[in-house]
Amino acid sequence: MVPIEHILIFSATMFCIGLYGVMSRRNAVLVLISLELMLNAVAINLVGFSGLVDPLGASGMVFAIFVIAIAAAELGLGLAIVLRVYRMRASVNVDEVDLMRW
Amino acid sequence: MELAAVVFYALAVVTIVSALGVVVTRSIVYSALLLIVTLGLTGLVYLVLLADFLALVQILVYGGTVSILLLFALMLTPPQRNLVLNHQGWPLAAGSAVVLFVMMVAAVVATDWRQVSQVVAGTTGRPPLTVVEPVRVGAEQIGTTLLTIWAVPFEIAAVVLLVALIGSLLIAQAGTETGRV
Repeated sequence: MVPIEHILIFSATMFCIGLYGVMSRRNAVLVLISLELMLNAVAINLVGFSGLVDPLGASGMVFAIFVIAIAAAELGLGLAIVLRVYRMRASVNVDEVDLMRW
Repeated sequence: MELAAVVFYALAVVTIVSALGVVVTRSIVYSALLLIVTLGLTGLVYLVLLADFLALVQILVYGGTVSILLLFALMLTPPQRNLVLNHQGWPLAAGSAVVLFVMMVAAVVATDWRQVSQVVAGTTGRPPLTVVEPVRVGAEQIGTTLLTIWAVPFEIAAVVLLVALIGSLLIAQAGTETGRV
């Protein structure tokens, strides 16, 4: 039995770590990795609230499954874009990808 | 303190240390490997919260697919020499992340969760609770919920996954017109 506050603080810690990574990293793959941390923190939150709000139902778990599915799609698409950018510019640093059109 | 709570706190500390490692390490490969460790530990946290099916999904999706995808992308984009991994303004990023964290913790501490639970209990007609008392939710129940209450989002997620699959194939395939996107 864990108080809901502790689950939420755990999740907030992980979310902020991920946010720091997204804002500070230059390498696009590392930005995507940090984004996964943030999405993961949200899924933990949903599982925690599932126990508080709807302990006999499974809606929170279903939401967490949606988050995992969308995270997988986002990572696949993001890495495809990273590969394409690398082939184009021989670099995956997000501050060097500054073209709006070719 | 009972065993489940002890295990939860221990796992939480290890997970956060590992997540910190993801964002501070100087090596991209270590960062990816630590991410896999973090996500696997999160699967164990789900297990402690009695979300068995979710723990299984987490380890299957992240441990299996995402880790291979990440390492594959890292192999295909070899880093340059003398690479600088962080932006110059990283202290600003750290500062704003800490500020957001403090605000979130303040919001969590200031909220009266007993009252929230009572409001929820009022609408659903069950006794309020302030401590998460995990009830084992089986895969059968998750499947029923997914295909009854959340059937439309489920179908939309299927379309989203299909579009993402085709889109990433199109984007990543070797372009005929080199140098153009």
